Amino acid sequence: MKRIVGKAVVVPRPNIDTDQIIPARFLRTTVRKGLGAALFADRPELLQGQAGTILVAGENFGCGSSREHAPWALLDAGFRAVISPSIADIFRSNAVKNGLVPVQIAATFAPGTEIAIDLESCTVECEGRSYAFTLDPFARHCLIHEIDELGYLLAAEEEIAAFEAKR
Amino acid sequence: MPSRTLFDKIWDAHLVRPETEEAPAILYVDLHLVHEVTSPQAFTVLRERGLRVRRPDRTVATMDHSTPTLPRVNGRFPFAHGDAEAQVDTLARNCGDYGIELHALGSEKQGIVHVIGPELGLTKAGMTVVCGDSHTSTHGAFGALAFGIGTSEVAHVLATQCLLQRKPKAMLISIDGALPAGVSAKDVILAVIARLGVGGGAGHVIEYAGSTVRGMSIEERMTVCNMSIEAGARAGMIGSAEWGTDPGARFDKEAALDVSRLAPMITWGTDPGTAIPVDARVPDDAPEKPLQYMGVKRGAPLLGTKIDVVFVGSCTNGRLSDLRAAASVLRGRRIAEGVRTLIVPGSQQVKHAAEQEGLDRVFREAGAEWREPGCSMCIAMNGDSLTPGQAAVSTSNRNFEGRQGRGGRTFLASPLTAAAAALKGAIADPREVLR
Repeated sequence: MKRIVGKAVVVPRPNIDTDQIIPARFLRTTVRKGLGAALFADRPELLQGQAGTILVAGENFGCGSSREHAPWALLDAGFRAVISPSIADIFRSNAVKNGLVPVQIAATFAPGTEIAIDLESCTVECEGRSYAFTLDPFARHCLIHEIDELGYLLAAEEEIAAFEAKR
Repeated sequence: MPSRTLFDKIWDAHLVRPETEEAPAILYVDLHLVHEVTSPQAFTVLRERGLRVRRPDRTVATMDHSTPTLPRVNGRFPFAHGDAEAQVDTLARNCGDYGIELHALGSEKQGIVHVIGPELGLTKAGMTVVCGDSHTSTHGAFGALAFGIGTSEVAHVLATQCLLQRKPKAMLISIDGALPAGVSAKDVILAVIARLGVGGGAGHVIEYAGSTVRGMSIEERMTVCNMSIEAGARAGMIGSAEWGTDPGARFDKEAALDVSRLAPMITWGTDPGTAIPVDARVPDDAPEKPLQYMGVKRGAPLLGTKIDVVFVGSCTNGRLSDLRAAASVLRGRRIAEGVRTLIVPGSQQVKHAAEQEGLDRVFREAGAEWREPGCSMCIAMNGDSLTPGQAAVSTSNRNFEGRQGRGGRTFLASPLTAAAAALKGAIADPREVLR
C-alpha cells in the first residue's frame, strides 16, 4: 500500500473517544469481523449520511479505551485512513497494526472532497494543495510493505532468550 | 551514569533491543494481565499461526468486564447476554489450552484485573506490566511501568513476551499540600486532568511526585495512576524507596499543583477533563454540545442537580478504602427515594474484607444494592447500565456519551461525593454531610 485515494468523511468534533467509535456493548464478541455495522452506532448524526473512505476528525481522535475494535470497525466500514490534528497513542498504534493509516495534520477538508494520501512521500494532496505529515519510519515501512509486527518480534527470539538468560 | 527518571530506569532495564531511527525498541514484559474482552482475537492469532504462549508463568487472567454482578441463580451465573457468557467460556478454554493461571468467575480471587493484580502480589516496583486495557496505568502506583495495549499487542506479548515500543516522553506532576477534609485522591486526579486537558498527557509517561503523593496510601496512589490515560498519557507512575527518580533527572514537561485548598471535584461534561469544584458553577465558556447532552447550563451551579443512579466501584474506586469512604457517608442514613445505588466491590477479596467489617450491612441498610465484583456500570457491558436520559454520579473513570449505557449521563466524582449524592438524590457536597 503506497497510496490511498478516497473521499473525505468529515467529523469536525474534537476528542472523539473509542466509546463513540464503537460502544462497549459491541465488544462482547470473540472475532474481529463484522464490526462495521457497530461503527458510531449511537452517534449516527456524526457521519450525517456521508460516504467515503478517509475519516477527517477533530483533535485527540481515538482517545479513551484501548479497544482495537475501534480500528476494526472503521476498516470493516470501508475506511482506509484517519486524518486528525492529533490521534491518541493507543488508537494510533492499533490502527497501524491493522493497516488503517493515521495521518496527523491540522487541515480542514470539505465533506466529499477527494483526498490522496501518499505514504512514500508522506504527503496529503487535496484540490491542488499538498500537506506534509510525519509518520514513524517503522510504521510507514510496515504499512507500505504490509509487514506484520508479530513476525518481526518472533524473528528476535534469540535476543529475547538471551535477555531472559542474563537477568 | 547521568541522572535518570524512574521511567528511564525501568525502560532501560527491559530493553531487549534499543530503538533506532528505523525501528522501535523491543521491550520485555514482566507481567501480562489478560481478561475476556480484549484477548479472544489474540488467542485466535496464536492458533492460526501455530504459536505457543511463550511465558504462561508471566501471564495471569481473570474475568471482569462482561460478567454479571448478581449472585448465582440455581448455581448458574445470571449473564444478561449470551455473547458475554460465550466470551467468558472462550477465555476459560484459552487459559486451559495454553496453561495460563485463571481467576475465573466464581473463584475466590476473581475481580477487576487492576484490583486483583496488586492484591495477589503480582505487581511489583520496577516491573513492566501490560494488559489489553487502558487503565493498566493503575499498577504504576507501585513504581512499575504499566500501560494499556491493543489486542494485536496482546498477541505479541502472548507469543514473544515483548512489545515494539517507541520510548514516550516523561512528564513530572508535583502535587503538594495537605488534602482538606472530604477531599480525596479521586479529586486530586480529576483536578490534574482538568489542568492538563484530555490530550495534555499524550505521548508521555507521567510521574506523580510531591508531598501529597508521598502521604498517600497505596490504594490512593492507584486511584491517581489509574486515570492517567484520561489525560491522554501512556502511563502514570509513582516512585518508591527502592525504585525512584534520581535527583536532577530531566523531564520533558513539568507541572505543579497545590491541593491544600482543593474542593471535592465533579465533572459537568462528556469528557474527564471537565471537572470543577462540586460547589462551583458550570463554566461560562462551556461548549454547547456537552451542555445539551448533560442537561446542565452555563453559569449554573451543579449542586442540586437531580440524579437517578449512584455507582460506587470500578478499577478507579472499587477497593476497600473506597468502600469505607462511601460507607462513612451512608452509615445510619437513608438513600433518597427513587435513587438506585449500586455498590460493586473491585474483587472477591475486597468484597469479603468489606463484609468482615460489616460494610455490606451499612450499604443495604441505607438502601443500596451490594453486588458481586466486576467492572459493572463503569463500562456497562454486563447488563448493569443507565437507561436513556438517566443521570448518575459515578466513581468510575469515563463520562463519555453513553459510556454507562446508551443515552445515560455521567457525573464523575469520588466515593464520598457519590455517597452524598445518593443521600440527597442530587449532586451534593460531601463536606456538608461529613460536617
